[in-house]
Amino acid sequence: MKPNTQQLNDLTIQVRRDILRMVHAVNSGHPGGSLGCAEFLVVLYQNIMERKEGFDMDGIGEDLFFLSNGHISPVFYSVLARSGYFPVSELATFRLINSRLQGHPTTHDGLPGVRIASGSLGQGLSVGIGAAQAKKLNGDNHIIYTLHGDGELQEGQNWEAIMYASAKKVDNLIATIDLNGKQIDGSTDEVLAMGSIRAKFEAFDWDVLEIEKGNDIEAIIAGMNDAKSRTGKGKPVCVLLHTEMGNGVDFMMYSHAWHGKAPNDTQLEIALGQNYTEGESDY
Amino acid sequence: MKKYTNTGSKDTRSGFGAGMTELGQKNENVVALCADLIGSLKFDDFKKNHPERFFQIGIAEANMIGIAAGLTVGGKIPFTGTFANFSTGRVYDQIRQSVAYSEKNVKICASHAGLTLGEDGATHQILEDIGLMKMLPGMTVINTCDFNQTKAATLAIADHHGPVYLRFGRPVVPNFMPADEPFEIGKAIVLTEGSDVTIVATGHLVWEALIAAEALEAKGISAEVINIHTIKPLDEEAILNSLAKTKCIVTAEEHNILGGLGESVSRVLALNSPLPQEFVAVNDSFGESGTPEQLMDKYKLNNQAIVEAVEKVMKRK
Repeated sequence: MKPNTQQLNDLTIQVRRDILRMVHAVNSGHPGGSLGCAEFLVVLYQNIMERKEGFDMDGIGEDLFFLSNGHISPVFYSVLARSGYFPVSELATFRLINSRLQGHPTTHDGLPGVRIASGSLGQGLSVGIGAAQAKKLNGDNHIIYTLHGDGELQEGQNWEAIMYASAKKVDNLIATIDLNGKQIDGSTDEVLAMGSIRAKFEAFDWDVLEIEKGNDIEAIIAGMNDAKSRTGKGKPVCVLLHTEMGNGVDFMMYSHAWHGKAPNDTQLEIALGQNYTEGESDY
Repeated sequence: MKKYTNTGSKDTRSGFGAGMTELGQKNENVVALCADLIGSLKFDDFKKNHPERFFQIGIAEANMIGIAAGLTVGGKIPFTGTFANFSTGRVYDQIRQSVAYSEKNVKICASHAGLTLGEDGATHQILEDIGLMKMLPGMTVINTCDFNQTKAATLAIADHHGPVYLRFGRPVVPNFMPADEPFEIGKAIVLTEGSDVTIVATGHLVWEALIAAEALEAKGISAEVINIHTIKPLDEEAILNSLAKTKCIVTAEEHNILGGLGESVSRVLALNSPLPQEFVAVNDSFGESGTPEQLMDKYKLNNQAIVEAVEKVMKRK
């Protein structure tokens, strides 16, 4: 049974609480992009992906997800834990010495749910393509999902991968771009304007669709189901997910300032107050 | 002294190609990726026989490494192929994060290593790749000496789980290792036994070391030649056993003197048995255009250079 919209909304609030508490506890990490992608990852893991029980690296017979913008590890870890890959209590070890929850995700410490290290940007799409081609070789009719920051598209390796995926008809791949228009030094337009990302993907012969309300559960479900329906038709699928960095915490929204900055005690209290749900189950 | 004879010169990259042809038949999980250099890497047979398992990536090496890492998720054993320069320095961060740190079972196979690439010059002649690769935790680094050993190594690394850097070259060189010689990763091969000096050589310098040993024998110097095909993990025991007899060592490699086999051997000596060592290697410079023979002569990477290094190290005993 898939959770209903209310349950997904409640879970998103819980994930936001996790993100805020994780980065606050170690006074480091990246809340902005994490909060912006909370709805998306909750929907992906709870509603969209076909997943097996447990975790094995090869992931044959299930949909797989690769996070390319590894700095949004707080949301990734929270959603993985809340989807049953490892104990929720382990979120308390985020960024601590001897933890499996490294600052950026890694396979190195055997954290279930993680299939590639990411953090150095621009590498995840290539990895997703390889995994998609392995699925085809294995006759495995499942989908590879990847997530990328928009600023991350400034890395050249992406464009090698974007060119390759359409040329080689990697059509069991859905790459989602977190279009929040912000990066560390400011807006993407100020730092290195990328023009129309849609036009660029289309020029590279991808099937592109947009989710205008990228922080709305139902809009994401509808958009991702649309994306799924476009797989297997000879083209890789790109989802442009319009999100708000820092979503759900009023003083973090509409700014790039919280890309990589943790809230202090007072700020955490305010932020958690804005994200309360009945049945809250903080780790 | 045991004699090795050249059974017919061939290029080491053809040994890689022959190994891939055999692997294609033997192991259905083996897949090959190439960045627009099918002919140079001798991938022709593999591509012809297994088109569904061959991935032409185009001139996009970073993407190739990432795709290889992804292919391992699903149980494939990817072998990437391009020139050594584009296999390492160009894609170091991709290898570091997506392959080595992610502990992916990718085989990075690199032809045209070192000076013997020849006329293309320094843009293509990497002399830093062994150092780059050996510094990555978990990476196995192999540099083979001839056709037979390259073929054997290609087969062996498919059975080894973990990332591997396999380095070979372009020129036609003597093929002297027995075709049935087993290839054991991390296990050095003592080619000639001797008592006065140990010569530890890798890659194209192994044959030169054998020639040098003959010249030294004529001068009354007994050299023990060790073929170190695996630079990491290094067979420290083989080196120390030999040094216990000879008390001095010469290392020989087609690589920068900084960061290569020689420095790995120095570390073993420093920790266990500080003894004189001389280095036959490129003295911290880039290469240049020329024939392989001219370059090996100019940069002192041949049997005469090894003989001179032996005479020097013997005086330091």
